[in-house]
Amino acid sequence: MTVVIAWIVEGTWPACVDAARAHAPDDAEITLLHVTASEVPGAARGAYAGLLGRARPGRDPGPRLEHLASASAGQLLDAAAERLRRPCARSERVGRVEREVVAAAEGADLLILARDGDRARLGPRSLGPASRFVVDHAPCPVLLVWPEPPPSVATIPPPPPHPPHHRERPGPR
Amino acid sequence: MSASLAEALSAVMLLAVLACAVIRPWGWPEAVVAVPAAVVVIGTGAISLSEARAEAGQLGPVIGFLAAVLVLAQLCDDEGLFRACGSLLSRAAAGQPRRLLACVFAVASVITAVLSLDATIVLLTPVVFATAARLGVRSKPHVFACTHLSNTASLLLPVSNLTNLLAFAASGLSFPRFAALMALPWLIAIGTEYLVFRRFFATDLDAGAHAPPVAEPAEVPVFALATVACTLAGFVLTSALGLSPAWAACAGALVLAARALARRRTTPAAIVRAAAVPFLAFVLALGVVVRALTGNGLAGALGQLIPGGTGLPALLAIVAVAAVLANVINNLPAVLVLLPLTAPAGPGAVLAVLLGVNIGPNLTYAGSLATLLWRRIVHEHDTDVDIREFTRLGLLTVPAALLLATLALWASLTVMGG
Repeated sequence: MTVVIAWIVEGTWPACVDAARAHAPDDAEITLLHVTASEVPGAARGAYAGLLGRARPGRDPGPRLEHLASASAGQLLDAAAERLRRPCARSERVGRVEREVVAAAEGADLLILARDGDRARLGPRSLGPASRFVVDHAPCPVLLVWPEPPPSVATIPPPPPHPPHHRERPGPR
Repeated sequence: MSASLAEALSAVMLLAVLACAVIRPWGWPEAVVAVPAAVVVIGTGAISLSEARAEAGQLGPVIGFLAAVLVLAQLCDDEGLFRACGSLLSRAAAGQPRRLLACVFAVASVITAVLSLDATIVLLTPVVFATAARLGVRSKPHVFACTHLSNTASLLLPVSNLTNLLAFAASGLSFPRFAALMALPWLIAIGTEYLVFRRFFATDLDAGAHAPPVAEPAEVPVFALATVACTLAGFVLTSALGLSPAWAACAGALVLAARALARRRTTPAAIVRAAAVPFLAFVLALGVVVRALTGNGLAGALGQLIPGGTGLPALLAIVAVAAVLANVINNLPAVLVLLPLTAPAGPGAVLAVLLGVNIGPNLTYAGSLATLLWRRIVHEHDTDVDIREFTRLGLLTVPAALLLATLALWASLTVMGG
């Protein structure tokens, strides 16, 4: 059976869900994947640890953020599953986002993700650091979609003028 | 006891106090080691009883002030102030991540300045995360903003940070004058952070939001807000009357406590817990141990690094030393060590120490290398966290914010007079 993974990220996920519905075969097993960045609760824990002398049980904001993050990931996947309107599996992971996505994609037949960088023009900057890593390291075929209608081809800058030696090179005789 | 033996003993005691505060063996409160260490340096004569009493006399009002601010922040939370911040943020952001970041910067800066950095880290950060999640916005820029601003935005008022309270007591400045001199550095440092954040997190901020903005009725805790405003006015008034501004903080905390007790929203035990008595004992004991060490040689050694005067080069040097020291150990012992060395040069030098010890800790993930290394050693939850991103952000913000804030302090001192 075809295994399709749609990477669900805040802000850009509807395009991934729509692409999964449009491109996954009818018998495909679709998994909605969400990864919570561990450095977000981690930053709160770190800041709390920096308050020298104030450690008290139950005050560390880190666990509260982990709890909130898990709840919010669940709600996001609920919304995504509702939009998909197809049976699907869910996967919630926590860790370094780009590495977790690559690990989850191992053995899949298709990974669907959305561009999340500068989306005003076509080009390499339309991929943020995490999605760039995933595209570069994905162990399976990748479907890369625009979160909204893509910018026109005219947004590509004109090619640089040919250097002189190109122009003056003699043609084949 | 000879001076060198006293110096060695004080150094060992300080290391033990700091190590236990970072390691917290068996979850002990930090005071469990700090208080006996203070007794040892007094008992062995490394610091005379009269000197220890003088240090305690200087720290006592500061500690009372701190307790009042901690209680005030907790009671504001009980009154729903931070929940109200959350709904204010989500309405003002209008579903746009960049607007949310601007609002988070504004709210976190004001909360840190008025209710101290502890309030931002412990009480505001979870609210900001929940708000971002509810808006369907990526939370990282906003949570990182809270952690950075809890340090950077704690420059403005003596109550914003314990380091400021200690420096305030040593500087001889009045409350309004402290705030006036620090206002420009505070704004410049926050502005620097904001510009760097907008570029650094451009991807996350451009990703947009996908959740219908839910219009929720925001209950504004009018009484808590009015009490905090009156407390701020009280800081100015007490200074004008020549009283300690700690009285204004106590009055504010008492008013909120009386109301919360009358409405059975809190208990006397909860209020005492909010005052963090073991922490207050820790600060007092740490102060005595540091005084024993500085009185026995450390002052001479570090004094050579600290230039005299308050010209721009001197201010920059003081800020650099303070930032490095805060990053190696922690900003609390750093400020205790540096204050006696800089206080004779005048308020300008003392405020420069604060720039270093308050902005500097953003360079390391857990506020100091000592804490960071220990957490890595014990694998305390942090092992799967990639600290490279946080460190890169620190390298982009901290040197720039330190330099520009120092220039702003120098300008303020030049215009208003040190």
